[in-house]
Amino acid sequence: MDGDKLGDLLETLCPMFALLDANGCIRRVGPTLQKLRPHRSMAGQGFLNLFELVRPKTVTTVPELMAAAGAKLSLKFRDEPKTALKGLIAPLPDNQGAVVNLSFGISILEAVTDYALTSADFSGTDLAIELLYLVEAKSAAMEASRSLNLRLQGAMLAAEEQAYTDTLTGLRNRRAMDHILEHLVSSKAAFALMHLDLDFFKAVNDKLGHAAGDHVLREAARIMLEETRSDDTVARIGGDEFVLIFKGLLDKSILAKIADRLISRLKQPMEFEGQPCVISASAGTALSSQFSAPTPTDILHAADLALYAAKRSGRSLHRFYCEQAQAGS
Amino acid sequence: MHGLINRAIQSFVCATYGQDCWRRATEAAGLGFVEFEAMLVYDREKSYRLLDALCTDLKRPRDEFLEDLGTYLVSHPNMEGLRRLLRFGGDTYVEFLHSLDDLSDRVRLAVSDLELPALELVECSPNEFELRCFPGMEGYSSVLVGILRAMADDYGALVFLSHLGNRDGIDVISMTLVESAFAEGRRFELGARSS
Repeated sequence: MDGDKLGDLLETLCPMFALLDANGCIRRVGPTLQKLRPHRSMAGQGFLNLFELVRPKTVTTVPELMAAAGAKLSLKFRDEPKTALKGLIAPLPDNQGAVVNLSFGISILEAVTDYALTSADFSGTDLAIELLYLVEAKSAAMEASRSLNLRLQGAMLAAEEQAYTDTLTGLRNRRAMDHILEHLVSSKAAFALMHLDLDFFKAVNDKLGHAAGDHVLREAARIMLEETRSDDTVARIGGDEFVLIFKGLLDKSILAKIADRLISRLKQPMEFEGQPCVISASAGTALSSQFSAPTPTDILHAADLALYAAKRSGRSLHRFYCEQAQAGS
Repeated sequence: MHGLINRAIQSFVCATYGQDCWRRATEAAGLGFVEFEAMLVYDREKSYRLLDALCTDLKRPRDEFLEDLGTYLVSHPNMEGLRRLLRFGGDTYVEFLHSLDDLSDRVRLAVSDLELPALELVECSPNEFELRCFPGMEGYSSVLVGILRAMADDYGALVFLSHLGNRDGIDVISMTLVESAFAEGRRFELGARSS
């Protein structure tokens, strides 16, 4: 078959071919390949002057190129845009040159934009259009999934936050307190746990109604938040029962001062719809350092004992858990 | 019905008739929610209840409403991504028509749980076609009529379309191509991805 006929055949089958003569000079190229360098005819140029072999690296001369028959070639243009191409070379019989068939690999995505390619530029058997379709369809589907995931994550965070929050006061709830306590104990952190109970709360509820009771709880919560640091935990664990956890604080004199301030502020009458609501508070505190291997139950129980000691001594008092005294009683 | 389909209806109604109309219909249909999620699958019966509520609210027959939905899917700027995916079907309107045979497979390739009824194009003469729409989704052929009409405009082709109705369970749409390059049509570049 002469060169012209071969060229015509190739044009139909592979629009990105390059027909080389024995010296590696381009005799003819397919229309799509020529479209990549519209202002400069490729015919007549040396193939290796136009393209650089990226792989195999050892191929730098025409005889080496001709000998690379059947091997996968990675090439790129020497000038900008240096579009990457894949290639395959098949030598013609009787040392008459060779045919190189080129295609875009993954560079197809940029190439269609860089060279304004249309589906007519690809052979009917080329999967390029299907690939482009898939990339676009999958990106759209992925985007829809991603936005669903974001919304679900937001909903999950809100649900989690709700699950750990006492909705009346905005404080942490029993679950959150258990969780935090468990974490502190298992990480062997030093901390103090104060169990605080409102006195006369039931009387307010009975006499002035639930709305007044709710108001008192919210006010008490506000006071406790104001008197603690932001990384302390304040939780409402029952009707009028609160637990305060002071991470890294074992100093009894500081803790006693905090307890006194809390109690004296909680004793101040709170007004609800013109009516004064009078309550008070008792508190008991245990320190993690009072146990060799504390468990959450031990510490809660110890703070409980201290609270009851405070209540027994009269109202509006604070007591520390005392190992010897409790052991004796 | 797949969330993408419900979402398409939602987008069409909100863009064309407004949020209030959409909200009224979701309430009338007793959905219990207002927004569909594109990537979840819903009870088919919910979607049809919603369609009935919308048609009652708008006082329009269902097939007309669905045809307009089909037109919206191709021609509205909100749906540019979908128009592009359809244009991948071919360079000319006739090539596009032939690509419809693969439409349900193409769709499944992109979103594996989105199932659309099979389509078959019958070439009656070089200018006359019939699109046979197999059962599986009531009203699908009406949406297709809208899509085919809007895609003809997109390619710049002049086409006469009519819904021939149901033959042995298969909905048939007939098409006569009067001129394939009647008007300029809209541009389609392989690399110009919609955002």
